[in-house]
Amino acid sequence: MEGHIAARAPGPLPRVGDDPAAHFRERALALASTVDEVGSLEYVPRAVSAYLNRHSLPLAAVCWPQFAALDWNAHGVRSEARAATATDLVGITGAFCAIAETGTLVLVSGPRTPATVSLLPETHIAVVHVSRIVRNMEAAWALLRTEHSGGCPRAVTLVSGPSRTADVEQTVTLGAHGPYRVHIILIWRA
Amino acid sequence: MLVTSSRFKERAREKLADPNLQHALRKLQGNFVRGRAERIRELDNFEDIRAAAAAIRDRALADLDLYLERFEREATARGTVVHWAETRDEVSRIVCDIARAHNVRKAVKSKSMVSEECALNEALAAAGIEAIETDLGEYILQLAHEPPSHIVAPVVHKSRDEVSDLFEQKHRRPRKSGIAELCREAREVLRPHFLTADMGISGANFIVAETGSTLIVTNEGNGRMATTLPRVHVAITGIEKVVPTLEDVATLLRLLPRSATGQSITNYVSITTGVKGREDLDGPEHFHVILVDAGRTRLLGSGMQEMLRCIRCGACMNHCPVYQSVGGHAYGWVYPGPMGSVLTPVYAGLENALDLPHASTLCNQCGVVCPVKIPLPDLMRKLREEQFARRLRPWRERLALAAWRYAAERPALYALLERVGVRFLARLGGKKRRIRRLPFGAGWTAGRDLPAPQGATFKELYWRRR
Repeated sequence: MEGHIAARAPGPLPRVGDDPAAHFRERALALASTVDEVGSLEYVPRAVSAYLNRHSLPLAAVCWPQFAALDWNAHGVRSEARAATATDLVGITGAFCAIAETGTLVLVSGPRTPATVSLLPETHIAVVHVSRIVRNMEAAWALLRTEHSGGCPRAVTLVSGPSRTADVEQTVTLGAHGPYRVHIILIWRA
Repeated sequence: MLVTSSRFKERAREKLADPNLQHALRKLQGNFVRGRAERIRELDNFEDIRAAAAAIRDRALADLDLYLERFEREATARGTVVHWAETRDEVSRIVCDIARAHNVRKAVKSKSMVSEECALNEALAAAGIEAIETDLGEYILQLAHEPPSHIVAPVVHKSRDEVSDLFEQKHRRPRKSGIAELCREAREVLRPHFLTADMGISGANFIVAETGSTLIVTNEGNGRMATTLPRVHVAITGIEKVVPTLEDVATLLRLLPRSATGQSITNYVSITTGVKGREDLDGPEHFHVILVDAGRTRLLGSGMQEMLRCIRCGACMNHCPVYQSVGGHAYGWVYPGPMGSVLTPVYAGLENALDLPHASTLCNQCGVVCPVKIPLPDLMRKLREEQFARRLRPWRERLALAAWRYAAERPALYALLERVGVRFLARLGGKKRRIRRLPFGAGWTAGRDLPAPQGATFKELYWRRR
């Protein structure tokens, strides 16, 4: 038993093409996420502002502390770094990493990465460095063990598109209890 | 939940005559069956993954005690309280005790079939605790006071109009007819409950021995709410749900959503470990995991052990011609379809579910689609044998089988009876060679004709041609 756990042997892996970022993008779009790309972190406020305007959404967001220092004011976005409350309409998060195989965001809870920001608002915007796109879940777990050596974080949440339900007449409806929209901004330069 | 499986035949007749249900079941076949096939084609190594998944489940079951103890150790180290419940009543008692200890008045529930087994909602209500189902389907059923009819799509039997009527009556809001509007209304009604609940109750699709984590797959996000917002989280799950490592989880997650709803992955996979850290801004302060036996250990080492591999995807029922015809309520307990036809007799008593192992054509579609290779038809056949051995079958059936055995053990007599029988049936078939009404088998011919034999037995034809 202990030996098997220690070995952490992966099972048979499906093929992910040579370009994980392209694969991620394709899968994310297939699951009804939207994807934008910017050159570097400083362009994120502009991209967020453009997205919110395009969808006639309020230019006010709750975000993870790591984005607090960006120049939001220059693009007319009011942003507050804290956990989300019931009235927040837009939440901006980063991601621990992203999984190409399924177009999935991996979010990890912690003092600076509150889980509510990606959950309570109707719109979830996630900012992901392209270098953090890994091929599959197994690679994400390997990264998790390296970077969180103290054990599994309290909540590891895989997000693959906006929340949905097909409970009534098996008709897929986007926006059940979680966000109606998931918008992913990929950053090409670290 | 009360077992009413003894009324299978009567219920099945009602369900076959229900046009709304028949319409819904045809849709289920289209969506889930086609969806599964499409998502499985995405994988070039599906059969390898399937074999690996079955092996993962077998490995966990072979050393179940060790993996569970490892889980308990890891979970406890992170501040999770692990409870062991031997019976279904014990589960309800433990949950009520936890609720009392933390002064809980309102609980939000994410979908949990084990809690359905335990009739937890009734127990909580009796203890004065308001429990609200938050999965849209389960919420609708709670309002309608009905049991689920499918383990993944619990409200598959209800039409949009029925949901509209129900919401109008219970929410006292203007009637909505569109599905999106109905979903929006449920979101608006349930959101305040998430924000004010003291306790979140969830199931667990898997628990991970390596990390002491529980894992749920959801699409709506209610599972995330229930495990993030309330100050107490209770996860209830069967002891067989343990898997060794996160790598094993990855393999199983390639199959579970594909087999269940035809998704390559569910919208959310929530892996929760321990309680809120000192500096965390959100997450529960108390986390309890209840590991439920309720009959599961009886299966270990028995001829039915393979059933414990089950990951509750529902593919067996989606593909079952019997489920497709009668729906889930006919089966009379928590689990319908082929997996239910095995689980209900073994968990709720063979004598309480006499018809279920027979509610199958043994066509093996369930065995073919099962992501963890459970030989469901074999298990149903074993239950049929056990019914016979325990003399639970009707005396006429036992007498007929005894007579058949008497003849089968005497080849000359058997050949003679066969010759007489075949000629009699051939004559009965007349010119059209179809038997409209079979003597001693009127039930069989009530729905279709029996093609008449040609007039000679197999043996006769064989010897003639040699």
